Amino acid sequence: MALTTAPDPTRRGTGSVRPDATRRGTGRIRHGEGLAGYVFLSPWLIGLMAITAMPMLLSLYLSFTNYDILTPWSEVEWVGLANYERMFTSDPSWWHSVRVTLSFALIAVPLKLAAALGVALLLNRAWRGVGLFRGLFYLPSLLGGSVALAIVWVNMFNREGAFNSFLALFGIEGKPWVNDPDWALETLMVLAIWQFGAPMVIFLAGLKQVPTELYEAASVDGAGAFRKFVNVTLPMLSPVIFFNLVLETINGFQGFTAAFVLSNGTGGPVDSTLMYTLNLYITGFTDLEMGYASAMAWVFLIAIALITVVFFSTGRFWVHYSDGEDR
Amino acid sequence: MVASTVAPPVATRPQRPRSRSWLRLIVLLAIVAVVLYPLIWMIGTSFKSQQEIVNNIGLLPETFTPGNYTNGWTNFDVGFGRFFFNSAMVSLLTVVGNGVSCLLAAYAFARLKFRLRGMWFAVMIGTLLLPGHVLIVPQYILFRSLGLVGGDWPYLPLLIPQFLATEAFFVFLMVQFMRSIPRELDEAARIDGANAFGIFRHVILPLSRPALVTTAIFSFIWTWNDFFRQLVFLSSLSDYTVPVALTLFIDSTSQSAVGPMFAMSVLSLLPVFVFFVAFQRMLVEGINTSGLKG
Repeated sequence: MALTTAPDPTRRGTGSVRPDATRRGTGRIRHGEGLAGYVFLSPWLIGLMAITAMPMLLSLYLSFTNYDILTPWSEVEWVGLANYERMFTSDPSWWHSVRVTLSFALIAVPLKLAAALGVALLLNRAWRGVGLFRGLFYLPSLLGGSVALAIVWVNMFNREGAFNSFLALFGIEGKPWVNDPDWALETLMVLAIWQFGAPMVIFLAGLKQVPTELYEAASVDGAGAFRKFVNVTLPMLSPVIFFNLVLETINGFQGFTAAFVLSNGTGGPVDSTLMYTLNLYITGFTDLEMGYASAMAWVFLIAIALITVVFFSTGRFWVHYSDGEDR
Repeated sequence: MVASTVAPPVATRPQRPRSRSWLRLIVLLAIVAVVLYPLIWMIGTSFKSQQEIVNNIGLLPETFTPGNYTNGWTNFDVGFGRFFFNSAMVSLLTVVGNGVSCLLAAYAFARLKFRLRGMWFAVMIGTLLLPGHVLIVPQYILFRSLGLVGGDWPYLPLLIPQFLATEAFFVFLMVQFMRSIPRELDEAARIDGANAFGIFRHVILPLSRPALVTTAIFSFIWTWNDFFRQLVFLSSLSDYTVPVALTLFIDSTSQSAVGPMFAMSVLSLLPVFVFFVAFQRMLVEGINTSGLKG
């Protein structure tokens, strides 16, 4: 059976990110307010132009040149599409970093979200101690991006690390995980999954929004716990799942610090942790090929934009907004 | 339309609540163990002697060795005190920059009317998803051509963007918050003769304190932990921040560096721990206001 949901007039639509009043055009602008608006906006506008837009254009231009930081501007050579050609046809390490990044995101992100949702479901009952658990689980998300934690992580999966001693309890022979090209990236995935706290907190907030009448109605209809999860929880939670999925995917693509620490900035062992951003850093700041690095950055930007568009266009088919605002 | 039947509360369903909640608690405690283990192991290892680090992989040291902390503190020519000072300065100035500039921008978006507001707002939301790594090369080139990289005060490239509200996340968070401030207050102030600046000063600013505090805490923690930008823009040892300095330990492959390395790693996470203990609730709530209503 399908459970229909009643539109709830007390809640405004999730995700309608528009400043009020743009709904009905800007309306009459009070005398002097237009100027005041731009006065208050000016720091942001300067930042947008100087720190975001201009660098983007500069980087687009540089991606068609052979610029390295050492040549004077007058001698920079326009090379057309050579950088892009090199990337797609004659740079195996670029393809390799794409593969590493994709496999990292495709494995770590779903597992992280599954862990976050699972733990959120466990915590989703009003009882004493929820706040404490919620806080403890959130802690790794606060520490996770730091160099210090990456150092600990790498040492934990060393030959003499804590993980191998844990395996030894069960008589399993460990290996130097971080030095093994087949396993180094997996240790970074485990680090990402360990930081399930941030999406978990967002899931918990979403679970609180599910009206209890729906569960009661499902009980009356004789649905068991599993049916309720599939037919009530998942559809009602789909906007939150979508939000977390987009956010975590984009974050996953940008993994840098842990890969840098594990490989001491090389992407090793045998390029197994050469995340895209790490490859970009090495190209731009170690090899000083800034023209080529700019081309890599633009491809990265377009890829992220495409993925976001794909998410939003396929989201229509499975994301369910209970206030009838299906977009 | 689901009619709310007179179904009694869920607890009367035939089930075994006692054993259920025990099972739940056991599972949760197991997850807590997995979550906390690396952190406890890190602290334990930081007090182990060099010999123990190789031989004893247990959680706690057998012989308590605080010497790692003094060794680590003075490990590099400059000393870790300097790195901590640099990190604290960058983080605190970032907090000020984000607080001021994002609040001004958020007020314009949330309360003022001006031409192209909708378009600028859409652009701001667009920059939320813009990866910082994409802009790092051209930003480096621009700051370098202005003589700001490795200049007299090498932190300008790290701080200038923060004073220009480029952290869209905080702008968005504050806009969301300001929309919950009743507009009647603005109107009342306007009747009393306040203009846009007066309303900002006497109505919005005092009431936005919670959003400012959330921004300040996240801003501090993220900058304190940030590595990528600091790695790119800081080049001389005495300018290093803590995360960049920690990577020096990785270069020295000698076993003797592991204890001090762990000790300094623990110290570097201390401020985050302190913030976490003091503001745990606020941090968890803060991440929630970031785009999800309710």
